[in-house]
Amino acid sequence: MPLMRYFLYATFLAMAMALAAPVDASSGSSNLQASGASLSDRGSLQNGAKLFFNYCSGCHSLKLMRYSRIASDLGLTEQQVMDNLNFTGAKFGEQIPPSMSAADGKTWFGAAPPDLSLMARARGVDYIYTYLKSFYLDPTRPLGWNNTVFPNASMPNALWSLQGIQTATFKAHGSDVTPVFEKFELHQAGSLDAHQFDEVARDIANFLQYAAEPAALQRKSVGVWVLLFLGVFTLLAWLLKQEYWKDVH
Amino acid sequence: MANDGVDTGRRRFLTATTAVVGGAGIAVAAIPFIKSWLPSARAQTAGAPVEADISKLEDGQMVMYEWRGQPIWIIRRTKAQLDALPSQDSRLRDPKSTNTDQQPAFAQNEYRSLKPEVLVLVGLCTHLGCAPKLHAELKPEPFDPDWKGGFFCPCHKSRFDMAGRVYAGVPAPSNLVVPPYRFIDDGHIMIGVSEGAA
Amino acid sequence: MANRLTRAVTGVQDWFNDRAPSFGPFYRKHMTEYYAPKNFNIWYIFGVLSMVVLVNQILTGIFLTMHYKPSAAEAFASVEYIMRDVDWGWLIRYMHSTGASAFFVVVYIHMFRGIMYGSYKKPRELVWVLGMLIYLVLMAEAFLGYVLPWGQMSFWGAKVIISLFGAIPYIGGALTEWIMGDYLPSDATLNRFFALHVIALPLVLLLLVVLHIFALHEVGSNNPDGVEIKKGPKGNRWSDKAPADGVPFHPYFTVKDTFYTGFFLIICAFILFFEPTAGGWFLEHDNFVEANRLVTPEHIKPVWYYTPFYAMLRVIPDKLSGVLVMFGAIVVLFFLPWLDRGKVKSWRYRGTGFRVAIFVLGVCFVWLGKIGAGPGTDPVETVIGRILTALYFGFFGFLLAYTGLGWEKTKPVPERVTGHD
Repeated sequence: MPLMRYFLYATFLAMAMALAAPVDASSGSSNLQASGASLSDRGSLQNGAKLFFNYCSGCHSLKLMRYSRIASDLGLTEQQVMDNLNFTGAKFGEQIPPSMSAADGKTWFGAAPPDLSLMARARGVDYIYTYLKSFYLDPTRPLGWNNTVFPNASMPNALWSLQGIQTATFKAHGSDVTPVFEKFELHQAGSLDAHQFDEVARDIANFLQYAAEPAALQRKSVGVWVLLFLGVFTLLAWLLKQEYWKDVH
Repeated sequence: MANDGVDTGRRRFLTATTAVVGGAGIAVAAIPFIKSWLPSARAQTAGAPVEADISKLEDGQMVMYEWRGQPIWIIRRTKAQLDALPSQDSRLRDPKSTNTDQQPAFAQNEYRSLKPEVLVLVGLCTHLGCAPKLHAELKPEPFDPDWKGGFFCPCHKSRFDMAGRVYAGVPAPSNLVVPPYRFIDDGHIMIGVSEGAA
Repeated sequence: MANRLTRAVTGVQDWFNDRAPSFGPFYRKHMTEYYAPKNFNIWYIFGVLSMVVLVNQILTGIFLTMHYKPSAAEAFASVEYIMRDVDWGWLIRYMHSTGASAFFVVVYIHMFRGIMYGSYKKPRELVWVLGMLIYLVLMAEAFLGYVLPWGQMSFWGAKVIISLFGAIPYIGGALTEWIMGDYLPSDATLNRFFALHVIALPLVLLLLVVLHIFALHEVGSNNPDGVEIKKGPKGNRWSDKAPADGVPFHPYFTVKDTFYTGFFLIICAFILFFEPTAGGWFLEHDNFVEANRLVTPEHIKPVWYYTPFYAMLRVIPDKLSGVLVMFGAIVVLFFLPWLDRGKVKSWRYRGTGFRVAIFVLGVCFVWLGKIGAGPGTDPVETVIGRILTALYFGFFGFLLAYTGLGWEKTKPVPERVTGHD
């Protein structure tokens, strides 16, 4: 039964694809938390956009993203975007600049804050999520902040008023000289509880995931139609092939 | 060719169906490629509406702005110029602006403008795209002894009146184009977007 | 009405036949009167699929060049411009990037099929050698293309690969500078790589593909039984002179290939629309960071289709030997028709030693690919990599001894092909 064999081959192919595990993008950061961010959650994306522009865009640009694109993709009006999200005076169709110059960033933080347009594609959405949650007080750092996901990051915790201030405890690991991170403790409470802050981190991560590939919103719905069409076409082609191959004995 | 035992009807039907479905697939697949030639988001942003300041524009003066790479003229017409307009109707090719491609609906009127005195035009001759020159004064000109103000194209001698309406008997086929625009307030115009459209 | 239509069609045909009398025979020779063995199985679709991908790459490539800017300052942003600002640009770009990987998937399977069924053996040595040249040009083409987005992996990949040429004694240093037109991969490098990628190598590739097919059609296709149908009895349903086991390529194999192409496109579309980076295998995460010549990514590795060879380079602790081994692994494939002295083509009728050997070869290739894609820090893996490299080359040595010294115990090959799907 030849058809049976094709299915076996197809199964084999599918298995091979499943076995090809994703290449780990961010080596050395294996203990990332799952953000649960979903591009189909428009409310989360809108909230993420609001949070991004209020807490992040002061330092970070989104220079590949246009305000107008955010409006049309996230279901916002020009007025809403220009009033609530655009604090730079840029035009509606323009790309999102930082509010601060790179030189100022270097002076204030020791390094210019990176553009975040593609951060979610380079590092992964869970990386951003976990990073936002992993700031802790560290007096040895110039700005008093450190991060377990990105040790010695120049960035201070921009969300401390929401999250509160964490301290980290480290445990000496046998004879190893570098102590291993154990857990965070809330040193001073913020305006949100832990669960609410998780949602804040998730929504920002989700928005950045969207900003890294706006086409992702469109491509899956197009894909469904393409697959449906190809399914019909392949079925027809199969019938045609069967019809012709009746001749061959 | 031996055709023994072949159901040619079924074969033909399946061939035709597969070909039509496949052809339709290719046609639809071509759409994204064709659309990739449309003005991109960047081009659209560069071509976004332009705000013009006319608060300091005196009677009879003209300012020029650029919108989508085209010169846009804004002229504050004098009373004399406006009064002379109807007198030209008989000499014009399209005095009533019936060619709707040449202006938005709001400008299909006597003055071809929103406010009678403020004229907004794309400064390109409808003949071959030269830039006509403004000859604002109502006096006999070498190219027209009966001149009541308007535009004269030096390239091929096309003439237009002070509403951008083309004279009969010149190479230019139609009136000068009025772009979409709206008044933000008395002193400011947004060029490139009509009233109503966001 | 139908009569008039028929007359119109014949009229047009006659017009062409009068002016280009060789077109008709040419078409018949390669389509309706090219008799392919009727027992082709699924392994025989990958040649056609690689043609499908080639057409896809050319069409999407042409449209990408309309928006891409081959300059170090603008390249990275121009790719994102395609992804964001150009209408449907993302689709065209993903078609091209998914197509690149799909190309290698089908070409690797196509090559492995050639080894399984002895398609490189007499009289098809030329077909094999032309195919290997296609593979070589394809590798170069893909490498050049990968540099164009000018991300971190583009830049550092280019740097690593170009510096391989630095291993050549005496002229190495000067040669790398000549390739780059600078002292590091730069604007000049990107610009010339663009020219090579979009015009020079595609022309070579197309020429080689045409020659590959012509060479094949001269001798006729091999098949899963490794039986020469041209030497068998004559006469079939369509012609008295054609091989009895042959079937006209058109319409029989065109409809069959259409079906499999649909099936293949479903898999490609699934990746393209639902997982376009294929988890970092087709589009690497680090390549979403613009090239920065001062910061090396933590983990440089080429795209998956090079990683088997890259693994060989990395497990060998000497630069020149590593480079030689890596290129040797490709060069040795050219000589396969002459290293294999066996007369039986298909693995179905070959000795157990051959069957085991090609299985080991396949495992070595995939496993080396896995090692090459990894971080390369595990010393045990390095040892495994060396063993696998030795086994890879061992395959060719074994094959020569196994067939040349008469160790192979083959089974009787049937007179005729053994049925069809």
